Amino acid sequence: MSQLIQLAANGQASIVADEWTRVVPPAPAEESVRKQAGKVVLFKLTGEPTFSAEQIANTHIPATGKILVPLTIWQARKAELQPRLAAGELGIVLATHETAEALQAEFADINSLPIIAIFVERFADGRIFTLGAWLRTRFGYKNELRAIGDVLRDQLFFHKRAGFNSFLIRADRSAEDALASLNDFSQPYQGGVADVPVWRRVNRA
Amino acid sequence: MYKYDPIDQQIVNERVAQYRDQTRRYLAGELTDEEFRPLRLQNGLYIQRHAPMLRIAVPYGLLSSKQLRKLADITKKYDRGYGHFSTRQNLQLNWPKLEDTPDILAELATVEMHAIQTSGNCIRNITTDQFAGIAPDEIIDPRAIAEIMRQWSTFHPEFALLPRKFKIAVSGTEKDRAIVQAHDIGLEFYKDAQGQMAIKVWVGGGLGRTPILGTVIREHLEWQHVLSYCEAIIRVYNIHGRRDNIYKARIKILVKALGIEEFNRQVEEEWAHLKDGPLTITQNELDRVAKYFEPMPYKTLPAHDAAFDAAVASNPAFAAWVKRCVHAHRVPGYRAVTLSLKPHGKAPGDITSEQMHVVADLADAYSFGELRSSHEQNLILADVQLSDLFAVWEKARAAGLATPNIGLLTDIICCPGGDFCSLANAKSIPIAEAIQMQFDNLDYLYEIGDLELNISGCMNACGHHHVGHIGILGVDKDGSEWYQVTIGGKQGNDASIGTVIGPSFSAEEMPGVVKRLIEVYVRERQDEERFIDTVRRLGVAPFKAHVYAEKETA
Repeated sequence: MSQLIQLAANGQASIVADEWTRVVPPAPAEESVRKQAGKVVLFKLTGEPTFSAEQIANTHIPATGKILVPLTIWQARKAELQPRLAAGELGIVLATHETAEALQAEFADINSLPIIAIFVERFADGRIFTLGAWLRTRFGYKNELRAIGDVLRDQLFFHKRAGFNSFLIRADRSAEDALASLNDFSQPYQGGVADVPVWRRVNRA
Repeated sequence: MYKYDPIDQQIVNERVAQYRDQTRRYLAGELTDEEFRPLRLQNGLYIQRHAPMLRIAVPYGLLSSKQLRKLADITKKYDRGYGHFSTRQNLQLNWPKLEDTPDILAELATVEMHAIQTSGNCIRNITTDQFAGIAPDEIIDPRAIAEIMRQWSTFHPEFALLPRKFKIAVSGTEKDRAIVQAHDIGLEFYKDAQGQMAIKVWVGGGLGRTPILGTVIREHLEWQHVLSYCEAIIRVYNIHGRRDNIYKARIKILVKALGIEEFNRQVEEEWAHLKDGPLTITQNELDRVAKYFEPMPYKTLPAHDAAFDAAVASNPAFAAWVKRCVHAHRVPGYRAVTLSLKPHGKAPGDITSEQMHVVADLADAYSFGELRSSHEQNLILADVQLSDLFAVWEKARAAGLATPNIGLLTDIICCPGGDFCSLANAKSIPIAEAIQMQFDNLDYLYEIGDLELNISGCMNACGHHHVGHIGILGVDKDGSEWYQVTIGGKQGNDASIGTVIGPSFSAEEMPGVVKRLIEVYVRERQDEERFIDTVRRLGVAPFKAHVYAEKETA
């Protein structure tokens, strides 16, 4: 059973097959210094490299099919990946500590990407929402925007309002159950990326 | 006060349904502790030392008598017959059952109440001065904007999982009573040169482990842009605030790390994309919300009341209460009354179900059915006629709500501490009670005069100890409870963070320590000088010398 929920243009949600294969670098050879010091590093900070040069070099990229590639891999192996982009078979994965500006710097027109996914390592990392909102509003991104990683139904309503239109529910949870959460609230107060604040939407007098 | 329309009611009802299902999934093992945690916190539910603690929102401290009666009934039915007013003007229940919380929220929804975002890493309850709308020194009543901001921040799609909690206070008076400088964002309303409502914006204040007073990031913000401007600030914070260390995650740390100029630059850059967009508040919307905060239907009354004057002259106990618990009002013939939740020897801020009913009745009979909670953890009847004060006093006194100690040493701000809170390092309520008993002589209290004593049971500083004239902080040393003392803290326009006077004390020593601090003050004060002014004039040295000299010879 697929774990991917997609919103159609009319807002209708359905569970669909996932056409995209995620390219994931191998695990790092050694633990990060801070982890060795006994601290669990839950969130990467802005500016930290996502993957080491060694990880990037050792990442296997499937020869055919649609692939979702981390931004750092794209940056390092652009020449090899360019034809896939041209063929409409390449999407980018942004980590929550990466910036929309960094993505834009790579693609003159970010709408040349059929899909952008934002990977959230822990559901409690709310940067995903602002990143989504930025891509939609400031950067004018129109294609599929997908939440991946630790994606749980209880955040879906926020994901949706922050501009995401597809959601890869964490593998151990039911996407079927998650559908209902997309409509937890019928008339939100503030605007999201696709709507305006309630006082501009409704006459409340 | 604000009244829900069908949209407000629907949002709160849908929230109850959502939370009921989340609680069901948690109890069925479908959600882990870690996954349920932010969900329950954003519905006001902590897991505490003895039981869950439920924090019910009282937006900017306004309550109706009907709501207070409901709270009384809820504390009776689901708790142990009392509640605790917190320094964020909210009401906390100490003993609810987790499985009852959806029902409690459903009952709250019937009186336009909720526990949304009273906790968790999101925008919390917006607070203000308890005299908003009636204070003689008010320039702008900020409550309509506060309500618009409440709505904007409720389930904001971007700000549900910030790096850390986020607190906003609003103030519209000459004398700040909302401690705008101790908030993540402080909004100070004023009238600009054109006579228009404008806002001075403070950012990066906060108490807790690293107490920092806020910095002015914008002297003049047109009210229409308050949402877009705050959204810009919080976006910058959401993206760049630290998430690797909970103790360094508040916006104040980011502002310090970047410097206010760089932080401001980033906010301006962000705001440029938002300003004049759909978040711009329309005059229509302001008018719609403001009509709920229009002045009460006051009678035209003389400025004086002969019977009241006679009662003050002939009854010293009443006169004492009037002096401490009755406050000026902008309308002639009216006064505001603080009902003290600080009787000596009781937990500050606690109120029983029976007392809630008494207060609700008083509000109905004498104050247009409305009341307020203050960040000092008292309740206020804002609109009492002079001629009714004596009757209010008699009824309040009979219910134990008329201790004439407002603004005095025993009007202690105090967090629940180690008796209830699982975060606390030390107890705070017994310390407050011991100090109140030590200073039970009202005449001596009056002689000491205005003095703010604040107690926190841990670094999180819920008891605002940093801004107390005397601040007490519970600390843990080798598994036992000790208390560190600061003096010279102050809230208000000239806010300051107190200075630690030296090594900490045991619980038993604390009443004596406060006594010795007062002795120095009484000895050194000049004329009508308040404790805080004496400390500011002399510094901590003489206080320190006396307190620790006594300790050595003891």
